[in-house]
Amino acid sequence: MLYLDSSLRACLALIALWALIGLAGLLRPMSLGFVGRLLFPLGALCGVALAVVTATSFGTPAEQSVLPVGLPDLPMHVRRDALASFFLFLLGTTSAGISVFAAGYFRRGEGTAPGLMCLQYHLFLASMGFVLLADDAYAFMVAWETMAVSSYFLVTTQHGLPEIRRAGFLYLLIAHVGAIAILLSFGVMQGGSWQFTFDAMRGAHLTPYWAAVAFLLALFGFGAKAGLVPLHVWLPEAHPAAPSPVSALMSGAMLKMAVYGVLRVTFDLLGKPEWWWGLVLLAVGLFSAIYGVAFAAVQTDMKRLLAWSSIENLGIVFAAIGLGIVFHGVGMNSLAALALIAALYHSLNHAFMKSLLFLGTGAVLHSTGERNLGRLGGLIHRMPWVAWLTLVGALAMAGLPPLNGFVSEWLLLQAFLFAHEVPRTFVNMILPVGAALVALSAALAAYVMVKFFGVIFLGQPREPTLARAHDAGVLERIGLVWLALGCVLLGLLPAYVIDALRTVVAQFSGVSLPRTGAPWWLLVPLAGRQASYSAPVLLIALTSVVLLTVLLVRRFYHHRVRRAAAWDGGSGRMNARMQDTAEGFGQPIRHIFGALFAVRRELPSAFDSAPRYRVVVSDRIWQWLYVPLGTLVQRTADTFAWVQQGRISTYLTYSFTTLVVLLALML
Amino acid sequence: MKPIEILTQGLELLAALAAAPLFLGWVNQCRAWLQNRRAPSVWLPYRGIRKLFHKDAVIAENASPLFRAAPYIVFGAMLVAAGIIPSMGTRLPFTIAADAIALVGLLATARVFQSLAAMDIGTAFGTLGARREMMVGFLAEPALLMVIFVASIISATTALPAIAENLATQTLGLYPSLAFTAIAFTLILLAENARIPIDNPATHLELTMIHEAMVLEYSARHLALMEWATSLKLFNYACIGFALFLPWGISTGTGGPLSLVASIPVLAAKLTVTGAVLAFIETISAKLRVFRAPEFLAIAFMLAVLGLLVHLLLGA
Repeated sequence: MLYLDSSLRACLALIALWALIGLAGLLRPMSLGFVGRLLFPLGALCGVALAVVTATSFGTPAEQSVLPVGLPDLPMHVRRDALASFFLFLLGTTSAGISVFAAGYFRRGEGTAPGLMCLQYHLFLASMGFVLLADDAYAFMVAWETMAVSSYFLVTTQHGLPEIRRAGFLYLLIAHVGAIAILLSFGVMQGGSWQFTFDAMRGAHLTPYWAAVAFLLALFGFGAKAGLVPLHVWLPEAHPAAPSPVSALMSGAMLKMAVYGVLRVTFDLLGKPEWWWGLVLLAVGLFSAIYGVAFAAVQTDMKRLLAWSSIENLGIVFAAIGLGIVFHGVGMNSLAALALIAALYHSLNHAFMKSLLFLGTGAVLHSTGERNLGRLGGLIHRMPWVAWLTLVGALAMAGLPPLNGFVSEWLLLQAFLFAHEVPRTFVNMILPVGAALVALSAALAAYVMVKFFGVIFLGQPREPTLARAHDAGVLERIGLVWLALGCVLLGLLPAYVIDALRTVVAQFSGVSLPRTGAPWWLLVPLAGRQASYSAPVLLIALTSVVLLTVLLVRRFYHHRVRRAAAWDGGSGRMNARMQDTAEGFGQPIRHIFGALFAVRRELPSAFDSAPRYRVVVSDRIWQWLYVPLGTLVQRTADTFAWVQQGRISTYLTYSFTTLVVLLALML
Repeated sequence: MKPIEILTQGLELLAALAAAPLFLGWVNQCRAWLQNRRAPSVWLPYRGIRKLFHKDAVIAENASPLFRAAPYIVFGAMLVAAGIIPSMGTRLPFTIAADAIALVGLLATARVFQSLAAMDIGTAFGTLGARREMMVGFLAEPALLMVIFVASIISATTALPAIAENLATQTLGLYPSLAFTAIAFTLILLAENARIPIDNPATHLELTMIHEAMVLEYSARHLALMEWATSLKLFNYACIGFALFLPWGISTGTGGPLSLVASIPVLAAKLTVTGAVLAFIETISAKLRVFRAPEFLAIAFMLAVLGLLVHLLLGA
C-alpha cells in the first residue's frame, strides 16, 4: 500500500530525523554540551544530506505518495517535484551552515533552556521541509502552522523582555491573518469538488474570476509571510527579537517558503497564470524593494537594518516572478524562463548572504552585547574572522561582481531588456521602467551595505568596552565559512546553477530556457543575443591586475610604510565620537526619500544645559493602516463586550439558543 | 583569439593607462585658460604620480589591511573596466566576460571599496566623504544603467562592443532618445567624476568636498594609485560616452590593423574636444550645495527614463 520512491523517502526520513533530533533535546534539556556539541551538528549533517539528496533529483520526474499518518479518512499526501527539490536544497544548504554556527552560539543562561530550544529549532526545520513536500491542503496547513508556531517560540526565546513578547505577538498575529488567507485560497481552488488534495486542485477548472480570487488570496497570505509591503511590519520587529541563528533561518529559509507558495499556487495548482497577475506581483514587489531598502538605510539597529533589507530582496524576487508571469502569459517562453530563473537564483543567493550577515551580527552581538550601530565600530581589528567573512556577504548583498548577488540581478536586468517586446500597448512602455527601479534598489543596497559594514567593523571603536571584543569560536567560524563559500561559488559558477534551475523551471512552469552551448565558465542567458558574463574570467583579470600592480610597485619603488596617528588638524583632540554615526549615514536617504518616513526630531534649544538630539524614524504605514485597523477592531470588540456577562447561566442560555436556532435551520 | 583582437585589447589598456592622466591634465589646462589663470602643464598629473610613488607611505595607526588593499583594488577595477569599453576597436576578446551591466558593477565595486577605505580610519572627514560618495553613487548608478539600457534596447544587446558597432555602422540616423540620454550621461559624468557642480576637485574646503575627503588619509604610493584610478575613471566615462553617442571612427568588423592605427587620432580628437567642453561646463556652472546634488542627479535619472520612454513611444 505504501510505495515510496527513493528520493522522496530519503527527504521524508531526513525531515523525520530533524524532528527526532529535536525531541532528543528533551532527554537532557539543560546540558549545553549534549545539545550544542552533538545535536546541532547532527542537524547540520541532516541538512547537508538533504541538500545532496535533492541536488541529484532536480531533473527526475515528480514522485507522489500517501502517508499513513493523519486524521481518519484524511491521510496526508506528499509529493516531491523539481520545485520542492530546489527549495529543499535551499533549506538544507542554508540550515547546515546556520546549525553549525548555532552549535557554538547558544550559551548558558539565555532565556529558554537549550534542550527546549533544540526542539523548537529542529521542529521549525522539519516543518519547513514538510511544507515543501505537502501535497494536500490539510498537510500543508498543518506544516505551515507548525512552522509559524515553532518560530514564534524561537522569536520569544528571551520572553522576559516586554518588547520581545510584543514583537512575538505581532508576528503571530500577521502569520495567522496570512494563514487564513491561504486557507481561503485553498477553499476557492478546490472548485466545488470538496477534495483538498493538490491533485484535485490541479484538475479543477476555475473560471477566470475565481482563479483571480484564489491568486489574490494566495498573494495576500504568502505576501504576509514574505514581508511584502504593507504586510511587512512584523519583520523588523521579529528579526531583531530572535536569537541570531533563528533570525538567519527565518530570513534565509522561512521567507523563501512564501516564494515557494506563490510559485506552487500560480503555476502548479491554478495551471496557467493570467499575464496581468504578473503586473500585480511586479508592482507589489518593486514597491517593497524600494520601500524596504530606503528604510534599511535609516536604521540604527543592525538586525533591524538586515530585516528591512530582507523586505527589499523578497521584493526583487517577487518582481522577477511577476515579470516571468507576464512573459509566460503572453507566450514569450524563453524570457519567462529567464525571469523565473532569476527569481529562484535570487532566492538562493539571498538565503546564503542574508544568513551570513545575520550570523555575523550574531557574533558581534555575542562578543559586544550591542545591537546598536551607534555603539560599535573598529571591530575588524578585534574580530578579523567575522569581519572578513561578513565583508563577503556585504559585498554580495551590494550586488557587486564577481559575487552571487550580482548574477541574479544581471539575469533579471537581461530579462527586463526585452520587456518592451510584450505585445500589450502601454504595458510594454511601463515594464522597462521596472528595470530602473531594480537598478535603484540595487544601488541603494550598496549604500546600505557600506553603512552596515563600515559602521560596525571599520573606524574607531565608539565605546571603550569594545576593546574586550573577541573573535568567533571554531564552530561559529565553520558556519560562517560555509555560507561565505556558498556566496562565492554561486557567484563564480553561475552556468552550473542555471543548468540546474533550467530543469526546475521547465518542470513547474512548462517554459524552458533554450541551451546555448556556452562553456562552463561563460554565462550566456539567451542564444544569439550577444550578452554574456563570466565571473571566473572577471575575477582572474581583477586579481591578476591587482597582483601585478602590487609587484610592479614593489619592484620599481619600495614598500616602506610608516605608522603615525591619523591627522587631526593639529588639534590633538580627535576622538571616536567625531566619526559619522549610523543616523548621520542615513541622513541623505532621510532627506531624499522624506515622503516615505514619519520623522520625529528632538532638537535641543540654545540654552539647554544638557543638550540632547534625537531622531526617530518610523513607518508611515503603521500609522495609516495598522493603528486605524487596530482601533476599529478594538471598538467593534467593545461594542460586543456586553454579551459577556460573566454568569454561567447567561452562557448556558446562549448555548441553548444557538442550538435551537441551528436545529430550526437544519430541519 | 585572433592577433588583431589581442592587439586591440592590449592597445586599449595601454592607451587608458598612459592617456588617462594626460586627459585629466588637459581638462585642468583648459579650465585654467578659461578662468584666466596661468595654466599648469598638461604633464602635471604624471609628475604628481611619479613624485608620490617615490615617497614613504604614512599610514594611520589604526588602519586595517582593507585600507592598504583598497587603492590596488580600486585601481585594478578601473583598469579592468578600461578593458571592457570599446574606445578604439570593437574586437575586444575580454568583453565576453563582462557586458555593460558588469561594467557598471565594476565601477560600483571601486566605489564601495573606496568608501569603505575612507571609513576605515574613523576620521570625521573620511566618513563624511564616504557617505556623500555613496549618496552620489546610488543616484548616478541607476541613471547610468538606464542610459546604457536605452542604447541596449536599440541594439538588442548589453554587450558594449556590439552596441558601439551597431550604432557606428548604421546610416546616420538621429535618435531623439539618445539625445535625452546623452544629456543625462553628461550630468552623470560630472557627478561621478567629482567635477563641478557636484564636487570641486581643486578644493579642500570641508563643507563641499566629497572625493578629496575620502582620500585625505592616503599618502605616497597609495595616493598615487588613487589619483591614477581617478584619472582612469574620468577617461573611462569619456570612453563610455564615445561608445554610446559618438562611436564613429573606431575600428570595427573586418578592418585590419590599419583601421586600429587610424582610430588613435580619432580618439585623441574626441578626447581633446570633450576635455575642452568639460572645462567649459565646469567654468560656467557654480558648485551646488550638497543637498542639491540629489536633485541634479534626479534630473539625470529622469532624463534617462524619458529617453527610454521616447524610444519606446516613437521607436526612435
